[in-house]
Amino acid sequence: MEVISMKKDQKMGFEETELRLGLPGNNGGSETEVVRKRGFSETESETVDLMLNLSSSKESADPTDNLKASPKEKTLLPSDPAKPPAKAQVVGWPPVRSFRKNILKNSGEENEKGSPNNGSFVKVSMDGAPYLRKVDLKLYNTYQDLYDALAKMFSSFTIGNCGSQVMKDFMNERKLMNLLSSSDYVPTYEDKDGDWMLVGDVPWEMFVESCKRLRIMKGKEAIGLAPRAVEKCKNRS
Amino acid sequence: MRVNQVETSGDEHGSSILDLARADITESSTKTRNCAACPGSGSGSGSMEFQSPYPDQVLENVLENVLHFLTARRDRNAASLVCKSWYRAEALTRSELFIGNCYAVSPRRAISRFTRVHSVAIKGKPRFADFDLMPLNWGAHFSPWVAAMARAYPWLEKVYLKRMSVTDDDLVLLSESFPCFKELVLVCCEGFGTSGLAAVAGRCRQLRVLDLVESEVEDDEVEWLSCFPESQTHLESLVFDCLEFPVNFDALESLVARSPSLKKLRLNGFVTTSQLYRLVIRAPQLTHLGTGSFSASDAVAAGDQEPDYASAFAACKSLVCLSGFREIFPDYLPAIYPVCTNLTSLNFSYANINAEQLKSVICHCHKLQTLWVLDSICDEGLQAVAATCKDLRELRVFPENANEDTEGPVSEVGLQAISEGCNKLQSILYFCQRMTNAAVVAMSKNCPDLVVFRLCIIGRYRPDAVTGEPMDEGFGAIVRNCTKLTRLAVSGLLTDRAFGYIGQYGKLVRTLSVAFAGDTDMGLKYVLEGCHSLQKLEIRDSPFGDEALHSGLHHYYNMRFVWMSSCKLTPHACQEVARALPHLVVEVIRSEEGRSVDDTVEILYMYRSLDGPRDDAPQFVTIMQ
Repeated sequence: MEVISMKKDQKMGFEETELRLGLPGNNGGSETEVVRKRGFSETESETVDLMLNLSSSKESADPTDNLKASPKEKTLLPSDPAKPPAKAQVVGWPPVRSFRKNILKNSGEENEKGSPNNGSFVKVSMDGAPYLRKVDLKLYNTYQDLYDALAKMFSSFTIGNCGSQVMKDFMNERKLMNLLSSSDYVPTYEDKDGDWMLVGDVPWEMFVESCKRLRIMKGKEAIGLAPRAVEKCKNRS
Repeated sequence: MRVNQVETSGDEHGSSILDLARADITESSTKTRNCAACPGSGSGSGSMEFQSPYPDQVLENVLENVLHFLTARRDRNAASLVCKSWYRAEALTRSELFIGNCYAVSPRRAISRFTRVHSVAIKGKPRFADFDLMPLNWGAHFSPWVAAMARAYPWLEKVYLKRMSVTDDDLVLLSESFPCFKELVLVCCEGFGTSGLAAVAGRCRQLRVLDLVESEVEDDEVEWLSCFPESQTHLESLVFDCLEFPVNFDALESLVARSPSLKKLRLNGFVTTSQLYRLVIRAPQLTHLGTGSFSASDAVAAGDQEPDYASAFAACKSLVCLSGFREIFPDYLPAIYPVCTNLTSLNFSYANINAEQLKSVICHCHKLQTLWVLDSICDEGLQAVAATCKDLRELRVFPENANEDTEGPVSEVGLQAISEGCNKLQSILYFCQRMTNAAVVAMSKNCPDLVVFRLCIIGRYRPDAVTGEPMDEGFGAIVRNCTKLTRLAVSGLLTDRAFGYIGQYGKLVRTLSVAFAGDTDMGLKYVLEGCHSLQKLEIRDSPFGDEALHSGLHHYYNMRFVWMSSCKLTPHACQEVARALPHLVVEVIRSEEGRSVDDTVEILYMYRSLDGPRDDAPQFVTIMQ
């Protein structure tokens, strides 16, 4: 896919030498900026503009303060009241549907269009359920929190022995095989490499980083994943 | 494009629900009178089963036959007020039900009056909800409507919903309840996923139209396209360009192949160009095509032979409307040249093409009436449009970069050019970073047919870029010179004077959209006192307060809704309005994360209702009483 960058670098060069009273910041800092094929020409007069005009458009310095930020964010005022109010991002302005903004921003990026941009949403499917759901992994702090949420989501969900006992069992090769041979449901996930792993193998933070999607399998079907889990047990102990 | 078309037709037939209420009252009172006058009929019970004598029955039958020909809502509403028998006949013969605000009337009331409806259109949330100004889960649920209709309208054929919250269960119920169901159009809706679509595809055997327009659809990973019946379908229109996940292409191809009546097909951005090719060669009868991604295929990188896209398009002799181009590879543009001469509608609003690239296409488009573009085409591109598209009726120029900035790719130059070249213009939506009064005045004089004028100067409070004056005179000229104007959206630096002009000259204005404008309460007062046709008023971040709100009491019953957010209203004033106007539902809405400062109103949303306050209001909504 063609990606043609605008003359961002040139623009930022000008800004460094500009005299202005607004908040420091740049218009093109974040990669969420829509890529343009055409940079607009900067006239000489602009570079010495003192930017006293209140219609100057300096965004706040916070790089996350952009159109993708939480829609509930209100107008941010600069922390220094002596400066004129910067034109920070305002909710719902300009009146362009977020649908339209998202599509434009996503062109040129990888096809992760299904996932919203804040939060760590992954799809969760359960064998036998008619359709899948999504969870935001960032909402949870431990595996137990996640299991509880999944249990609520799929009402006929039975995960068997959950909690620290399960994790201890994972450490024990023999008990692991027992668990997997039961007909209870076992949570599995697909990691960044595309491998299917048993949930609970790795520390929570690492799991959140690497998990791309979840699948709640029947225990028997998860047997095939056991060898990898068993390997990890051996490596750990 | 479809959205705009329906919007216009919706706005034309400004149904006055107060008229309908009056009709209800008239009906029951005349019934009572008749009952008493007619000997032997017993004491007036006001029941609907009153049997009139034979001669009247004949007249009513004749009337029903005549009224069948009345299609316009406004005409039907007027007819229903003539007398009780006209009211009854009209109610029996109304087959298309339009509910402009889902909370203005309860499903029960609508259904008990109109018993033979085949087609229902319902609108829910106010437009500012599109821009994240309305907290989530505010309402506008389709559920009570579909539940009531499932019992009352088993012959229902068409459902059109805009800004409604629709669940999968709703769609399942719909698919199970209406064996003759033919058309489902969901515009700016949310709350459902592919499971719901699967139910509709699988069970609605007569389905002709399935259009998802700018709706948020969940990917439940149910292959809904595979759920259509395996035999030939009746599909005429399949629109899913808003879906943000892949669809099963084999199922899609097979579906297109067995849908000989298919005329409108709008693909989403996950359909590749080579897949598009395969579909187009199977469906040369298409009149409306959304091209999907239109991106460079893998063959390009590999240097392989590519299919003859131009021939495929050329075979589509009936193509009049082209859209899509979600990730456009401009080298493919020549493929559409063969269809340009017949195009009446072109949507490039997702295509970040430059002026040259646009010119290469637009030079062929002499019949173009509707054009949506990104401002990446610059003033130069707009000049090319003005030079070629003499028949242009509707233009929308969207910003590629929605940040406030001092300069942008389009400006007053482009607007001036369009006004000079496209004299038949009726509707314009124009985003820009800078504008002048002169250009706006020019448009008001050059384009007398303007019905919709929406100018969005992205930089808030920005004055005339040349004179430094407020934009008052420009908008004043629009309302003064464009005598057919019904919809207006203002922006830039505006004083109360601008609103004075609007109130003075905007006598036909039905929809007014205001943001970051005005000086004092007088601004809003001018509008409320002067704009006699005003039905929809949406205002944000403007210094209008309690006194201004009070000045509209005489008019609020004539309106569909009033939205005021981040203005200077107090809860007390809102309560006074609620007490003065018992049929007005006055909602004070807190944005979910907002501080609950008790003496300012974050959002006021008020609307007339025949059935009092709704019972599904979430906790952050306070209904004043």
